[in-house]
Amino acid sequence: MRDIEKVIDEYITLAIPMPRMAAAEKFLRGTARAATPYIMVAPAILTLCVFVVYPIMYMIWLSAFRWDMIGPKIYVGLGNFIELFSNPDFYLVIGNTFKFMSLSVSISIILALFLAVYLKANTRVNALLQSFIFTPYITSMVSVAFIWAWLMNSEYGLLNFMLGKAGVGGVRWLEDAGAAMYSMILVAVWKGLGYNVIILISAMRAIPRQLYEAAVLDNTKPFRTFFRITLPMISPTLFFLTLMNIIAAFKVFDQIALMTGGGPINATNTLVFDIYQFGFKFYQLGYASAQGVVLMALIAVCTAAYFGALSKRVHYGGEA
Amino acid sequence: MRARAVIFRAAFGRACRAAVNLLIFAVFFIPFYWMFLTAIKSLGQTLRTPPVFWVSAAHWENFRKVFDAIPFFSMLKNNVVMTLGIMICQFFTVIPAAYAFARFKFAGGGFLFGLTLATMMIPAQLVFLPLFLMFSRMGLINSYASLILPWATSPFAIFMLRQTFKQVPRELIEAAKLDSASEWKIIFKLMLPIARPTIVTLGLVTFILNWNDYFWPFVLTTNNAVRTLPVGITSLNTVDGGVRYHVLMAGNLLLVAPVLAVFFFARKQIIKAFTYMGGK
Repeated sequence: MRDIEKVIDEYITLAIPMPRMAAAEKFLRGTARAATPYIMVAPAILTLCVFVVYPIMYMIWLSAFRWDMIGPKIYVGLGNFIELFSNPDFYLVIGNTFKFMSLSVSISIILALFLAVYLKANTRVNALLQSFIFTPYITSMVSVAFIWAWLMNSEYGLLNFMLGKAGVGGVRWLEDAGAAMYSMILVAVWKGLGYNVIILISAMRAIPRQLYEAAVLDNTKPFRTFFRITLPMISPTLFFLTLMNIIAAFKVFDQIALMTGGGPINATNTLVFDIYQFGFKFYQLGYASAQGVVLMALIAVCTAAYFGALSKRVHYGGEA
Repeated sequence: MRARAVIFRAAFGRACRAAVNLLIFAVFFIPFYWMFLTAIKSLGQTLRTPPVFWVSAAHWENFRKVFDAIPFFSMLKNNVVMTLGIMICQFFTVIPAAYAFARFKFAGGGFLFGLTLATMMIPAQLVFLPLFLMFSRMGLINSYASLILPWATSPFAIFMLRQTFKQVPRELIEAAKLDSASEWKIIFKLMLPIARPTIVTLGLVTFILNWNDYFWPFVLTTNNAVRTLPVGITSLNTVDGGVRYHVLMAGNLLLVAPVLAVFFFARKQIIKAFTYMGGK
């Protein structure tokens, strides 16, 4: 049946040539084909433009105005930035942010390296311990923050009870201006460690076995094996992981908002929390936007540094 | 003598390992145990010194107090709607985009892909202020739209899925083309089955991260209408006359239980999923 139809079709096409129609159809089909990729990427690209690119532009634009959300916007040029950089509180906030970032990232990465070496052998006990370390990572920060706020409660908390048993005096984990930031770092490390551990373990397991066998034959000390084989082999992963950790640390908000509220006396006030305060509590939207621009610059610098270093490494790696 | 020293050293090593294992277990298990235990304590028991390490009669009424204090089930529903909404939107935006970036060379394609990658580095914490203003101008604060739409696509997922699609042999696609399959048919009949593991992985990660998310629903809601569970639970923290930790922990337990249950049954799969996300 099909064949007959085809024959008839062909016959008709041959019998009644319609060059103009054919050309039009070809053109249309060609256009449709050329448009296909654009149609396919359109939903994603449009979403990104509306909800990421536009807001960023809007934020940069807004940073040149003084605005309380109700009254008219007053153009101040770089006024917000001048105010920002002459405000000692801003330096305090930036200092807090960097303290949180540098300590939580370095502690987490170093601990994760130890744990990854310790747990990399594929045994059931190791798999179980990995799961335990990983559990906080998939737990909502809300829960983690409240669990730790309770553990750190200075009167009834479990931590101070255990410290007391150990003969050490209690710590006012969240109320003491000197301790609160370290408590925040502790919570951040506890929650994020599992992710770093599993990524590093998978990187370590991907190292060719022969390298280690050679090290064993050469009677290399484990310490040396780690620095000469393991660390160089996982360094691309380690590098990437550090960048991810840094960006995650810059955007810390939840645990600050839920555990300390930026206090005591601004000791845990970090950049995103401060942006939130100025935007939603003090209604200084221009000022908050200027802080947002600073945060964006920080993330951009770190990302650029990462890719810059990456291209250099690849270059040297190619020569070696 | 030497043999004994070796045996001693092995035993010592095993003991050390056991001690470290126990320490790891304690550090990561006790906080969760403490949450569970507090959730079934009475108020008096939570305030006792030395603390109570075991409760013989569980105070299940703590959970009822949670339901009395917050509209728990409507918040649970909001959580489901938001998370599923985001996942469904991403399914329809990510897959075609990833396919187009993987398969076609088109004018501006490189630029658009670069744009996608650049937005990967921009967190919600950076754009919440302008987005809040945008949504408030449109009257969309306290709506599902403001919770879902900003996450209707994921640059990261596009990138991951594009890598997967790129690994599909060209001949396979050409063969499908010869059978005069349309591009959409190729996506749904050929590419999706091949990329299923990646899609399941992405789905799992998207689900967990959005289910747990606090920041976005917190800044984009001003009342309980579409407020999700992680935000709802926090209002248990601000009860008059001091925090009632037993009720707070009961709410907490209800919040983490679904994720922990999923994790318990799909441990390997979930860890693999997150490893896969970070390993590339």
